Amino acid sequence: MKHREAAPIATRTHHDAPSPVAEGAVRDSLTRQHTALGDWTAQSLLFVISLVSLFVLGLIMAFLIMEGAPTFSFVSIREFALGHLWYPTDEPPDFGILALIMGSLSVTLISSLIAVPSGVMTAIYLSEIAPPRVAEILKPAIELLASLPSVVIGFFGMVAVAPLMQQLFDIPTGLNLFTASIMLAFMSIPTICTISEDALRNVPVTYREASLALGATPFETISKVTVPAALSGITTSIILGMSRAIGETMVVLMVAGGAAIVPTSLFDPIRPMPASIAAEMGEAPFRGEHYHALFATGITLFLFTILFNVLAMSVSRRYRLKGSS
Amino acid sequence: MKKRIGFTLFITALCLAATVSMASAGQLVLKGSTTVLPIAQKISEAYMAAHPEVKISLSGGGSGNGIKAVLDQTSNIGNSSRFIKGKEVKLAAEKGVLPVPHRIALDCIVPVAHPENPVTDLTLDQLKKIYQGKITNWKEVGGADKKIVVISRDSSSGTFDAWKSLVMKKERVTPRALTQPSNGGLVTQVATTEGAIAYIALGYLNDEVKAIRVNGIKGSAETTLNGRYPISRPLFMFTNGWPKGETLSFINFILSRNGQSLVEEAGSIPLY
Repeated sequence: MKHREAAPIATRTHHDAPSPVAEGAVRDSLTRQHTALGDWTAQSLLFVISLVSLFVLGLIMAFLIMEGAPTFSFVSIREFALGHLWYPTDEPPDFGILALIMGSLSVTLISSLIAVPSGVMTAIYLSEIAPPRVAEILKPAIELLASLPSVVIGFFGMVAVAPLMQQLFDIPTGLNLFTASIMLAFMSIPTICTISEDALRNVPVTYREASLALGATPFETISKVTVPAALSGITTSIILGMSRAIGETMVVLMVAGGAAIVPTSLFDPIRPMPASIAAEMGEAPFRGEHYHALFATGITLFLFTILFNVLAMSVSRRYRLKGSS
Repeated sequence: MKKRIGFTLFITALCLAATVSMASAGQLVLKGSTTVLPIAQKISEAYMAAHPEVKISLSGGGSGNGIKAVLDQTSNIGNSSRFIKGKEVKLAAEKGVLPVPHRIALDCIVPVAHPENPVTDLTLDQLKKIYQGKITNWKEVGGADKKIVVISRDSSSGTFDAWKSLVMKKERVTPRALTQPSNGGLVTQVATTEGAIAYIALGYLNDEVKAIRVNGIKGSAETTLNGRYPISRPLFMFTNGWPKGETLSFINFILSRNGQSLVEEAGSIPLY
């Protein structure tokens, strides 16, 4: 078995940290003053840079809340989150985003059903089974998939996949939940695959050797040793893939159909939250009720992605790989 | 060598100065409705050809954005396919801006279907019922036994606004309707969907889709001007206060005989 020093994102283990003894020795060998000054400059520079991103995040959140909060002066949180009707420009308007939330959740769920098995299995194949030469070609190809602009994927879905679906299933329109889920799966597969693969590669080679030495077949080794050992990384990758799918805008704007209904069938058109915001913000009267309601939709979306990220973080912390080589 | 660098710097400075002075000499910023966009584009090209010292920057973004840009004073002219709303007038008063509408062209909205659909004529009432979701099959209006795929524009588009007031008459479009953010997107979607019905601005009509007569009247420049076609609307450009200088001469150009013939070339309907 090969062992590579891939930089793990999610499954950094304790033994990766440089031992303090070695560090001290290096420091002593250099002139003390020189390092102290250099250290100080570098440290404060990096600190300031990280503060900037924190500051920007804070600003964006403050802006989001400032523009979204006025929504709840004309519609209650309950009506907003659980209302079935989204007629923001009617007189009187209805601001219920349940259909949009369900649209987002359903498309995320179904795209995960497609992306998770294929992404994880590809990762297992790449790290455990594939001959190095095959992996050398496949891995960059999958990473390239991640760099496809989402508008290209959306356009491909609208022009090529949707008409195909229409004929294949004899449905009235190809712009629906199913087509959107397939296109979104294309976008989350690279995320899931890359992070899962890193996690699998990071499983100490001794685990596999021990398993094989005990007489387990390669399949048993993968399913009972390697994958369970990398489970925290794999779970993290799945959650990050899902948060990518729920926040994706262009693809759902182009292929989801855009009907604000709670989907009851796989072939119903849907209107996920990001698509609604993108389509309507351009013509919503500035600082009007519609404008504020769209920001409140943005807050809802933000809460969902935060939830996914917190989940990813806690999972990777809780199931962190124990023991070391 | 040093001389050369100095010379290059000098030329660059000169160019910069020229750009700056040109911008101050005559610059127009137009923004707004995608329905007005093709007209504004034609007019801007002709205007810049006649006045080479004027620089025009033109962008879409929707009627709401056009009016917003005038209120924020980030553009000289805001294009809009609808009249200004009460809330926007209130906001304008708060900001001390006086938005002035200029009617620059007429437009009619045409219902369209897939070219192979046998239905050629619908009444306003039938259209309303289709968009309300009360008629769901083409056979109810004399077509084949096929489910109607209702496609609408996004609820904040100016075209949707006009459709709502002229066809829907305060009734709501069914939430099951598919939505598309642009006129162009609608045409593509109708062309590939057999059971589809949609509505588009006259300028976007092409051979890929079939125009449907409304109450037996074909949507065209002629029927719009003589008032027989029921789904038509004026298009606007908004300015902050009564236009002055470059803005005034630009608006005058659109309203001239020359400008109006360009409106026609852009696929919309001239005022006279």
